[in-house]
Amino acid sequence: MESTAENITYSKESIEELKQDILKKYPTKVARKRAKQIIINKIDEGDAVPEIGANTRTVPGILTQRGCTYAGCKGVILGPTRDLVNIVHGPIGCSFYAWLTRRNQTRPVDDNDENFMTYCFSTDMQDSDIVFGGEGKLRQAVQEAYDLFHPKAISIFATCPVGLIGDDIHQVAREMKEKLGINVFAFSCEGYKGVSQSAGHHIANNGIFKHVVGEDDTVKEGEYKINLLGEYNIGGDGFEIDRILEECGIQVVSTFSGNSTYGQFANCHTADLNTVMCHRSINYVAEMMETKFGIPWIKINFIGAKSTAKSLRKIADYFGEQKLKDRVEEVIAREMPEVEKVMMDVRSRCEGKTAMMFVGGSRAHHYQELFNEMGMKTLSAGYEFAHRDDYEGRKVLPTIKIDADSRNIEELEVEQDPARYKPRKTDEQMKALADQGYTFKDYKGMMPEMEANSLVIDDISHYETERLIEFYEPDIVCAGIKEKFVVQKSGVPMKQLHSYDSGGPYAGFRGAVNFYKEIDRMVNSKVKTYLKAPWQKNPELSGHYVWE
Amino acid sequence: MLLRHTPKEIKERSALVINPAKTCQPVGAMYAALGIHACMPHSHGSQGCCSYHRSALTRHYKEPAMATTSSFTEGSSVFGGQANLIQAIDNIFTIYEPDIIAVHTTCLSETIGDDITQIGRKAKDDGKVPEGKYVIHCNTPSYVGSHVTGFANMCKGMVDYFSEKTGEKKNVFNIIPGFVEPSDMEEIKRLVSAMGIEFIMFPDTSGVLNGPLTGHFSMYPEGGVTIEQLKATGDSTGTLALGDTASSLAAKTLDTKFKVPCEILDLPIGLSATDAFIDTLRKVAGVPVPDSITYERGQMVDLISDMHQYFYGKKVALFGDPDQLVSLTRFLLDLDMKPVHIVTGTPGKKFEKTIQDLTADLPYTVNVKESGDMFLLHQWIKNEPVDLLIGNTYGKYIARDEDIPFLRHGFPILDRVGHSYFPTVGYKGGIRLLEKILDLLLDRIDRDAKEESFELVL
Ligand code: SF4
Ligand code: SF4
Repeated sequence: MESTAENITYSKESIEELKQDILKKYPTKVARKRAKQIIINKIDEGDAVPEIGANTRTVPGILTQRGCTYAGCKGVILGPTRDLVNIVHGPIGCSFYAWLTRRNQTRPVDDNDENFMTYCFSTDMQDSDIVFGGEGKLRQAVQEAYDLFHPKAISIFATCPVGLIGDDIHQVAREMKEKLGINVFAFSCEGYKGVSQSAGHHIANNGIFKHVVGEDDTVKEGEYKINLLGEYNIGGDGFEIDRILEECGIQVVSTFSGNSTYGQFANCHTADLNTVMCHRSINYVAEMMETKFGIPWIKINFIGAKSTAKSLRKIADYFGEQKLKDRVEEVIAREMPEVEKVMMDVRSRCEGKTAMMFVGGSRAHHYQELFNEMGMKTLSAGYEFAHRDDYEGRKVLPTIKIDADSRNIEELEVEQDPARYKPRKTDEQMKALADQGYTFKDYKGMMPEMEANSLVIDDISHYETERLIEFYEPDIVCAGIKEKFVVQKSGVPMKQLHSYDSGGPYAGFRGAVNFYKEIDRMVNSKVKTYLKAPWQKNPELSGHYVWE
Repeated sequence: MLLRHTPKEIKERSALVINPAKTCQPVGAMYAALGIHACMPHSHGSQGCCSYHRSALTRHYKEPAMATTSSFTEGSSVFGGQANLIQAIDNIFTIYEPDIIAVHTTCLSETIGDDITQIGRKAKDDGKVPEGKYVIHCNTPSYVGSHVTGFANMCKGMVDYFSEKTGEKKNVFNIIPGFVEPSDMEEIKRLVSAMGIEFIMFPDTSGVLNGPLTGHFSMYPEGGVTIEQLKATGDSTGTLALGDTASSLAAKTLDTKFKVPCEILDLPIGLSATDAFIDTLRKVAGVPVPDSITYERGQMVDLISDMHQYFYGKKVALFGDPDQLVSLTRFLLDLDMKPVHIVTGTPGKKFEKTIQDLTADLPYTVNVKESGDMFLLHQWIKNEPVDLLIGNTYGKYIARDEDIPFLRHGFPILDRVGHSYFPTVGYKGGIRLLEKILDLLLDRIDRDAKEESFELVL
């Protein structure tokens, strides 16, 4: 291993040795499975990268980062919609833990605007509900919620025991919708339904697509109307993105689902472009909206100042008007000096430092941009619940095998909406864009953008994290709350990239500045020097202390 | 307003819980299991529960909270979780090398009806449990009780699996500390040691969930009750169970199985409950109370006397776990404060009865509810405002909307530190509570004072 601060490289052999050494600890079957999920990166022609095992079951007994389908459905996707009453049907815990713990901010327009995000609703199933069924209680709970709040819509979420005891939550939803005259819809998102949160994202998005999208045809004012898909407004990221887009004169019809409302979902089919931020959690919605309504989609990324500029330009190019392009350039020109000033400043302290990132389904990729901008290098990365296309790029989609677990998740059959389908661009216009090298519905994935011989690990386990820290001695690790203090106990600063540790926003231009400063604070922290007490550094007493 | 939809008018609800004042059993079981030395708590169910419980504990303690899961999928939920659990046991002993795996169930495995005793036996027969290592368990269906029940069940699991009687009575006392902070457990140990009493405390999370930063992560920190200690609990002279809801189950099991008699006491929070604790220790062990403890008590009484004018007559709303609430209510009454609204989410009629007995002679009504929620508490507060709110972090939303001074106490505290290091049990802990309450009340006086009555000396 030759390693210098400026130019850190690891030989393929040393990485292979590390991998084999890690696998040695596991029982044979586990080792065989993990071997497919621990990949030494290699980029061949056409951005071809080695196949990685992803979106497969976690081995029982392994300390995993992953959560459940319910967490993905209720916690991630529907949690940030403020005017929905989200009733969790199940015992109390599931609802309790998903109560305000994700930091997705919301901003009601005024004091009378509905906001139920600070509330936690549960049917709190008891023994007798498990034995005799909980449908009655659920029906009553929906009624009580309605009587108290008169919300626009009520959604119902199933937790693990619900499916097993055979409660038909969809029937209850239909009945109550009929009775109350508001939209009531349910999600069969029992925790065991998939191998990770990812299944829950899919169930949630399918539900929204089926029950809400297309309900409101009002065409709002605005010249350049887009949807922002897969942005959850953690720490105010969405606010910063909204600010920038607004300055450019671009209207966001709907965000899925940071700072969102029911009405935005109902109306989102009136936008003219779908921009996809987190590919993992939502690419299928973009696909369905294209088929049904004729809205094209592009992958964008507002994490990192350069990617933000690039994404803005890409949106402007889509609409094609010079006026918009000029305005975008103006905004970029206005924002960049401050970004660059801070960037240069932190570079003087952070250049050459190293990071590892194991998180989520897109951030382990997106945040490499920010580290690059600071002159830092990502040595190893991986996702918690992503699929192969998020690692290897959408080109591998046709080769992904559908296993029993993925078959569990409904694939909606979508057709052109007879009334609402409207191609946003003519075939010629689309072709003209393509000829200029413009790419629609494309995501290259994380691996082609990482260096050869970097280690890519899917659904990393605690043991692997510990070994990697030993081997790489990174300056910072990014993951989630469960890993936070494990990593920090070993003296390495750890940045949470789900919740941002109460920080943020990190998206857009101002977000980039926040992130540079935060990482600078962390990797240059003095804490490392406090770990040993003076008497531990010099345990030998050289003689008796002599009082003068 | 953050809780803008909460109306003042109270309507009866029979099905919908809003803003719960409890969570589910497994998190309590996981916490208790972390109080055994070299133990890996294991959640038998889908991985979501385990992830949530670990996250909750991590956020509360700002420490690693290690626990594994059976990672159920659709298949296991149909065919049962035996294969998952046996594979998990094998993996855990191979990779993470604990001495004990403490399994708790979840809603899912309970609904399926997995028999953990039988699966544990099979794992052993299959050779998946190395020599000298243990798999223990307790059942924690979340559709019964609350997180406190889960804690109680895991304490019982420790007795069920480990306690033995050799026939030789020892002059040692078992102490079950209840669902309290590591710092509280440490303080209880200090007090019992100061009385010269030999004891075994289980569980004991001090030294596990409040450890130092050394630059080295250790999966199994120094702290925790050991297997030898747990085994020996059957030979002890008696058991002191602190907190009826959390601790009496294990204490009674020791009594029934091994004839180890028990006393069930309130958590030693506040003056009278700490008095009862120390006095009981004195009597059961037949030892004098050392002057140092009497001295600490005197300091606490001194503080109460000095600052009585600020406590007197102040109305308080509190929510949380039954054992904490009973002792806090007694403490507030000791101070001549007025606990007017008291809510726990944990079910159990006994709680309401205890509070009613404590407050029977007061010239004002006290609202009390078991299986209640914070939505109801908030409505009560809207109908009769209070001067102080006590409860876990979720109380901050009510406190902000209603502009009430807010004391964080209980589980979980997600937005402040201190609870890991500074106890609220014992006289020292009581002094800390007094200080915290006073800070809140006096800051409020300062904040609201007119310029002419803004005082230097309070
Ligand atoms: S399923 Fe049960 S055990 Fe799991 S989090 Fe929900 S209530 Fe708790
Ligand atoms: S019970 Fe099921 S739905 Fe609830 S947290 Fe656990 S795994 Fe998720």
